[in-house]
Amino acid sequence: MSDLPASLRALTQARLTLGPRGRALATADRLGFALDHARARAAVLAELDLPELGATLDRLGLAHHVVSSAATGRDSFIRRPDLGRHLPQDAARALADIGPADVALVLGDGLSATAVMLNGAAFMAELALLLRQMGLRVSPVILARQARVALGDGIARGLGAQSVVIALGERPGLSAADSLGVYITHRPAARTQDSARNCISNIRAAGTGVTDAADQAARLIAAMRSSGLSGVALSQAMANAPLPAAGDQTHR
Amino acid sequence: MPYHADLNATRYSFPSLKVLLARASPERSGDVLAGLAADGPLERIAAQHALADVALGDFLQDVLEVGGDSVTDLIMAEHDAAAFAPVAALSVGALRDWLLDPATTGADLAALAPGLTPEMVAAVSKIMRAQDLIAVAAKVEVVTRFRSTIGLSGRMSTRNQPNHPTDDSRGIALSALDGLLMGAGDAVIGVNPATDSLPDYIRICEVLEAIRTQLDIPTQSCCLGHVTTALAAMAAGAPVDLVFQSVAGSQKANEGFGITLAMLDEAAEAVAGLGRAPPGAHLMYFETGQGAALSAGAHHGMDQQTMETRAYAVARRYRPLLVNSVVGFIGPEYLADGKQIIRAGLEDHFCGKLLGLPMGVDVCYTNHSFADQEDMDILLTALAAAGVNFVITVPGADDIMLNYQSLSFHDAQFIRQTLGRPPAPEFAAWMVANGIGVPGVSQPSLAAALGRVRLPGS
Repeated sequence: MSDLPASLRALTQARLTLGPRGRALATADRLGFALDHARARAAVLAELDLPELGATLDRLGLAHHVVSSAATGRDSFIRRPDLGRHLPQDAARALADIGPADVALVLGDGLSATAVMLNGAAFMAELALLLRQMGLRVSPVILARQARVALGDGIARGLGAQSVVIALGERPGLSAADSLGVYITHRPAARTQDSARNCISNIRAAGTGVTDAADQAARLIAAMRSSGLSGVALSQAMANAPLPAAGDQTHR
Repeated sequence: MPYHADLNATRYSFPSLKVLLARASPERSGDVLAGLAADGPLERIAAQHALADVALGDFLQDVLEVGGDSVTDLIMAEHDAAAFAPVAALSVGALRDWLLDPATTGADLAALAPGLTPEMVAAVSKIMRAQDLIAVAAKVEVVTRFRSTIGLSGRMSTRNQPNHPTDDSRGIALSALDGLLMGAGDAVIGVNPATDSLPDYIRICEVLEAIRTQLDIPTQSCCLGHVTTALAAMAAGAPVDLVFQSVAGSQKANEGFGITLAMLDEAAEAVAGLGRAPPGAHLMYFETGQGAALSAGAHHGMDQQTMETRAYAVARRYRPLLVNSVVGFIGPEYLADGKQIIRAGLEDHFCGKLLGLPMGVDVCYTNHSFADQEDMDILLTALAAAGVNFVITVPGADDIMLNYQSLSFHDAQFIRQTLGRPPAPEFAAWMVANGIGVPGVSQPSLAAALGRVRLPGS
């Protein structure tokens, strides 16, 4: 029994009661909710498929290198965000041999490896092309396992890069488990404040497109390198094209 | 001052009351993350043994050990020695026994509330099992009033939370009406705004005011923006029923929320000055949550459950209409799974009630927590048994703005039908007058219900 015209249905994605009231959820609604939650949980617990991701990057002509944070698995990653932000010393040393770059490109699992598998490689390919056209040297794509946003800071410092772009899966909602978030930081330090990052969120088929997101990211990097600003300060300075600062607590 | 317990010829020592409280806390991920948790189950139980022997008078020192903290100063200033007198000679363990004694009544507990400090209450909760937390909380009746009377024994109220990712007026109205048609919203119809802009805040207040007044609902509305936005909106003449603010247990954590006690004083005075409520009505709404202080780096080495209880000292200064913990919202790094969320929800409710607060709970979790809807069923049922003042409800349990799962309107109906917990009496009468939940009376469709409400700007 659906009693809502399409024009009203379009107003909200809320799970409104369209069937009988005054009783438990209908079986179809109860099982539909459970399916959506199972999808979200599967995305949270998924690991990056490194062989497939590597093969995709090979086809796109992008070199790549794998690192892991100090978190040893999904359980420790979820319970201990501090470990997911920390790059072990041997991993940092290995990066030093990769050679200098202006911009470090990092693809991390975050809270949804599903999102990374869907759109991560395509985003990196578009962004690398734009940055090279700007005359910047980009790093190989660093595939980061058990990664929070701040892991990119250590990776950039290991590579000797001035700027870092880390794309990772956002915390899945019930309606979308495939959102990619991108965080950009200029001159990352050991304890970079989140207010010093810029963020592009909700990158997915039904949200911000990969091409649009790569274009926004490239413009932000150009603005950071010319102004020396990043995060809230950069957003405030870019008065005619304000971009949000990183504020998503779910990755920190 | 050091504390210790000897168990099986092993001495367990704890250098301070703050450390003892942390080691005695039932296991949760946030205390592990902070490096404060006991080193395994034996040390935890040893700490609980030592804590049970601590005299309540020991808690009248600066347990936080941070000089000049405004929340500590508030706790000390508001402590009522006369109310404390009946338990002044007791230890933490003896307090537990006294609370559970059938001869100790709800009136005794209400009289004691001003004599208890947050740290005393947190301490006794740490040596109580889930059924103890339920049994004692169930004795305490904390009643608050505005247009509805909330917290009467045997009743359970709901917040109707019609959030929308872009604060669309009609999108908010649709979700609110969905809940109202199922009898949700007698505690408050409250929206978390997607932005913190003043025009949006005022528009949301006007949308909720239009729904309430046109349908003549005996309830309150609230836009849960920042207190400074509420102050500006009140100055601009917006229809503000309740002022909301998230609060925490240390001055530094409150600064992380962008607030000071002086700001809350100013807002409480401003909302009372609007004259929208009958004399003596309660006009403030606070939310809290274990892990809030730690996430702001403002926990000062204190465990998250004790810090949470200190936030209630801030709340009770303002005679609030509503207070709720957002228990599972803060994330699995603080409460990892269903077991930890259930325990924390019962602790927060118990501690708030014992301190005299009109305590509700947002029974909820996020998708990266090791929890699901069944854990929420268990927590809701346990809280209803404990006499929770209100719970939060959203359409289909899915908050599409904050991206987490709370309770559904159906979940509240489950409690009403299974345990018999009607809403506030004024709201229950309004439901009957409008045929809501009355057998044989059919309700309008959502489209028809929306069509009958004239929203501002339409």
